[in-house]
Amino acid sequence: MEEQNIEAALGDSVILTQVDKVIGWGRKYSFFLYPFITACCGMEFMSAAASRYDLDRFGAALPRFSPRQADLLFVVGTISHKQAPILNKVYNQMAEPKWVFAFGACVCSGGMYNNYATVQGIDTILPVDVYVPGCPPRPEIVIDGLIKLQELVANERSSKWPRGKSQYDPKVKR
Amino acid sequence: MGRLIDLCKQKLGGAVLSAHEQHGDETVVIRKDAMLTALRWLRDDNDTKFDFMMDLTAVDYFGTRPRDERFEVVYHLFSLTHNHRLRVKIPVAEADPAVESAATVWKAADWFEREVWDMYGIVFKGHPNMKRILLYEEFEGHPLRKDYNIRKRQPLIGPEN
Repeated sequence: MEEQNIEAALGDSVILTQVDKVIGWGRKYSFFLYPFITACCGMEFMSAAASRYDLDRFGAALPRFSPRQADLLFVVGTISHKQAPILNKVYNQMAEPKWVFAFGACVCSGGMYNNYATVQGIDTILPVDVYVPGCPPRPEIVIDGLIKLQELVANERSSKWPRGKSQYDPKVKR
Repeated sequence: MGRLIDLCKQKLGGAVLSAHEQHGDETVVIRKDAMLTALRWLRDDNDTKFDFMMDLTAVDYFGTRPRDERFEVVYHLFSLTHNHRLRVKIPVAEADPAVESAATVWKAADWFEREVWDMYGIVFKGHPNMKRILLYEEFEGHPLRKDYNIRKRQPLIGPEN
């Protein structure tokens, strides 16, 4: 009742909200993504990013080729055990807040590869925010995943950050 | 028998263990100790002139063949001059998994031989840089050997899932 009166008194010149909501609203439309592309899903990523499907409409247009300038890690394609320490390092180099987008079946679960070479889902080494399965996923489902991530980011509380380093330190320094 | 097989038998004699032909694709199986001479001859002779080594791989016949011929190293040769092809196979014993390197015959063999070492553990003697090419140095064993445990995992980081 009280709040309504204040809003009525101030008219349209002021909007009352919460700091977290404003920050979340800003963040969700300005992802700077880092494409970590290792396999055939990369083609579908290019399709989703290019003009026909256009990730720019969702504010996620500008790939940064340095993890230090990115806040959304797009892991696209099969991750092998040889590649895993590199992915881990890239994740740890990104400034917080940061999110991880698992693009494709291999990234989500290892996909059709259950063998000596393949990581069985990158969530065994990194925290993943959104899983987009498919072999490869069509651009529509990528966009759906991105919108779901936007919802997640918009509703986040600042107390979630910093999330800290990935829990795995490589046994071997590379 | 095909022309190339006859040529090989004529020239290499006892080094040719066996030969067969399927739909015009000729294969010769050559003794390990004569392999380098044979491959050199195949490259240099005017009638064969195999100037292009297209593929080099190996096969593990674990459990289906006797142990003294468990592996087979396979060369796929092509001649740009004559436009003909030949498959050369070399049986390798389990106790001594080593053959001569063909990297001095065809430079292309270099990385193929490293891959075969990586996957099958067959050593190529005289290779300039005999180390793993696809897997990491910390990896133990050779995963395409049939006795490599199919469930064995060797992650560098993360759980063994």
